Amino acid sequence: MARLLRFLFFGVFIRALVLVFLGLNVRHRERLPSQGPAILVANHNSHLDTMVLVSLLPLRLLPKIRPAAAMDYFLRNRLLAWFALNIVGIIPVARRPQGRAPVLGGLAEALARGDILIFFPEGSRGEPEQRAKFKSGIAHLAEGHPEVPVIPLFMHGLGKALPKGEAILVPFFCDVFVGKPLHWPGGRAEFMAALEVAMQALEQEGGFSAWE
Amino acid sequence: MMDLAVKPNVLWAVAGLFAILLSASLIVFLLGRANPQKNYAELRQRVNSWWVMVVMFSLAMVLSRKLSLVFFGFLSFMALKEYLSLVPTRRADRRVLFWAYLTIPLQYYWVAIGWYGMFIIFIPVYVFLFLPMRMVLVGETKDFLHAAGVLHWGLMATVFSVSHLAFLLALPEAGNPSGGGAGLVLFLVFLTEFNDVAQYVWGKLLGRHKIIPKVSPNKTWEGFLGGVATSALCAWLLAPWLTPLSLAHSLAVGTLIPVAGFIGDVVISAVKRDIGVKDSGSLLPGHGGILDRIDSLTYTAPLFFHFIRYFYF
Repeated sequence: MARLLRFLFFGVFIRALVLVFLGLNVRHRERLPSQGPAILVANHNSHLDTMVLVSLLPLRLLPKIRPAAAMDYFLRNRLLAWFALNIVGIIPVARRPQGRAPVLGGLAEALARGDILIFFPEGSRGEPEQRAKFKSGIAHLAEGHPEVPVIPLFMHGLGKALPKGEAILVPFFCDVFVGKPLHWPGGRAEFMAALEVAMQALEQEGGFSAWE
Repeated sequence: MMDLAVKPNVLWAVAGLFAILLSASLIVFLLGRANPQKNYAELRQRVNSWWVMVVMFSLAMVLSRKLSLVFFGFLSFMALKEYLSLVPTRRADRRVLFWAYLTIPLQYYWVAIGWYGMFIIFIPVYVFLFLPMRMVLVGETKDFLHAAGVLHWGLMATVFSVSHLAFLLALPEAGNPSGGGAGLVLFLVFLTEFNDVAQYVWGKLLGRHKIIPKVSPNKTWEGFLGGVATSALCAWLLAPWLTPLSLAHSLAVGTLIPVAGFIGDVVISAVKRDIGVKDSGSLLPGHGGILDRIDSLTYTAPLFFHFIRYFYF
């Protein structure tokens, strides 16, 4: 039942919202993974970010797509938790970990199953249309799975459409720039540096002016 | 067959459109066969996008008048969205933009109930007065005039102008016994778009002398004049089937549409140049975005509408 609801939610409602009401301009679509396991890494400005990333991939992959999401936010009440876990299909992650191993445990299991993870290393949506520094959790995850490709994506426009703290959705086209898959360079610092370089390059490709 | 929203002449015209598309596809296919070393991918994309546009447009026009209005409203929505995503907007104006979008259903509602008085002043007067007031309530004065101007220009081009296509459908049927409102829309849209293609083709074949190299380096006098001649000929041939235009008027409109269409094209080109983009989007492969496709219509629709309304309705 929940699987059917999830299919309808993403396959019908979210696709109509993302493709018709918002609209996508995708650059380098061919760099998207055609199968799991893979990790999609993107900047984070809006709840719509996850919706757009899911809509980029074909529906046949939907059962494999799992967004990593903050446990403290999405599991804060029962209704939201049911929706987040069953419909959006999140893997809950603790943002302020006590110990490291259990934090990424759910994500590691998912990668072992061949799932495609959606990961926002900024940790929260932050200020609209401003990129925040990536936290290093992603490096720990990538280190544990050096064979899994990490695909960086830069998104622009969703922070205008539905920024943090706003309830009214205003239509804006969303520009998505897909980067080349990163492979494990052998160290966490090198990985974070390579990821930052890739994100900067994608951001510059758009050449968007600041939103003030 | 009798339940369709349009007159037989319009159906014949739609059939003609598909005949033109079929020949275009055939020509591209034969070109590809004759010169296998050349790459016709963009031309093929362009023709394929035309197929999608013509099928959607024809279905909307033929099935029902309501559907036609929804189609044009959606066209305005897509164009305004593309515009507002391209131009720099202020973060403070996010909710003002929401109000700007709300003008679309209202403007097309005036068309649906045939309220000409409201249709013609709603955006130029009421929206013009309302949106700056809403912006004042936000309270941000930095770049206020720029933001208000940019927003109103966009609404005039993408909503007000385009809605004139829709109001052609609300004109009394008796004024155009041969084609009805749908005949007028088809005549205008076909001439505008065919003129774009004709100016492009004539320019490719004979183009030497540039018209406005600073704005649009590929536009030439040869292309422009070839387009005017082609459009005048088409208008003369089509007018008796689809419109109430007299011979003299059909030639006048056949000149007005290509000239106005050219101006609309280069005005949007200037806007894109100002913003620093080549195409307004990537929605229509081979063409660019919606604004790239309807740039000429933003000028031809209101001008043709007022010409025909002044003389015939």
